[in-house]
Amino acid sequence: MPFGATSWSFTESDYTAIAQVLQRFLFESNARCALIVDRSGQLITTAGDRPTFDVTAFATLTAADFSANDQLARLIGERDFNTLFHQGERESMLLADVGRRVILVVLFDNRTTLGMVRLKMKTTVDELARLFERMFTRPSTTPAPGNPLLGDVDDEIDRLFQ
Amino acid sequence: MSMINYASREINCKIVYYGPGLGGKTTNLEHVYQKVSPNTRGKLISLATESERTLFFDFLPVDLGTIRGFKTRFHLYTVPGQVYYNASRKLILKGVDGIVFVADSQVDRMEANQEAMQNLYDNMAEYGYDLTRMPFVVQYNKRDLPNAAPLAELQAALNPGWEVTEAPRQRNTPDVFHAGEYLVQQIATGEWVERAPYFEAVAVTGEGVFDTLKGVSKLVLKSLS
Repeated sequence: MPFGATSWSFTESDYTAIAQVLQRFLFESNARCALIVDRSGQLITTAGDRPTFDVTAFATLTAADFSANDQLARLIGERDFNTLFHQGERESMLLADVGRRVILVVLFDNRTTLGMVRLKMKTTVDELARLFERMFTRPSTTPAPGNPLLGDVDDEIDRLFQ
Repeated sequence: MSMINYASREINCKIVYYGPGLGGKTTNLEHVYQKVSPNTRGKLISLATESERTLFFDFLPVDLGTIRGFKTRFHLYTVPGQVYYNASRKLILKGVDGIVFVADSQVDRMEANQEAMQNLYDNMAEYGYDLTRMPFVVQYNKRDLPNAAPLAELQAALNPGWEVTEAPRQRNTPDVFHAGEYLVQQIATGEWVERAPYFEAVAVTGEGVFDTLKGVSKLVLKSLS
């Protein structure tokens, strides 16, 4: 049993692999922007139009939105709602669960349709689920190539708080 | 769930302030928000009721500085204090890296403190997290009030310690925050116990707020190293 939440790492090559999947999805669906947020509310990456809003707050609220809806699903006897849709006048967003680990958020406007975004999202979610499965099951003690782990940094940690 | 993002060179950690209603959890965050430079913090997001009671959570992202070229970003959350919001309290604990239990020092809030502490243990256990093995600190808030209980009484009720069974850890471990005190020590019965680090605070004036934050952040970063 883990003592607490486990830590995980996100490397340059993970970033490249995910960026490729997201770019292809945005091209095919004509959506504006895609964000990946982990279930605890941390933003992992974005693709497409650079968001002009506060992405940190956005990521937190997205995770909370998803968690609250998970509980609502259970109350009515569903395991979860694996996609959520929020419709606005100009902008809409579609959120999808990716392997119970992260959330894909897609922002789109009237240049495309909900049907198109939903259709293209299906294969994207599968591809992302495979990538994240690999990342989360990777031994957490393995340092990313070329990067040291946080070993022997007591002094640096102490200095942060002086 | 701390995330080390090698692509953006960031370490992201989640800290949750837990405790009974009206104990000062939101006030802790508000003080951090006011005192930290706007360049190193994000917006303070509050999902509160009209009477300013936290409904879902408060959230404040803070950058603490750089370690080995990685920006250390802490996401601070509070949970609603009232027990009837337990569903949303529990959601916020998902993926938590460090916990601050904000206790209300007033004598007549002792029961509420104990109820919230029990609820914290229960909710953590439901996620499979062991509170005794992760970064966890206790803050005794409202120390300035005339009806504040003595520290020893609060410690005995809320932070009596848990048994340390592994032999290598059974040695006096000084409490770096309080000279002459120990976090791990042998008690009169011969048992070795470990207590969570504690801090005294008056969150409305800011006293002890940063000491608590530093205490828990340090534990979180050390748990990663």
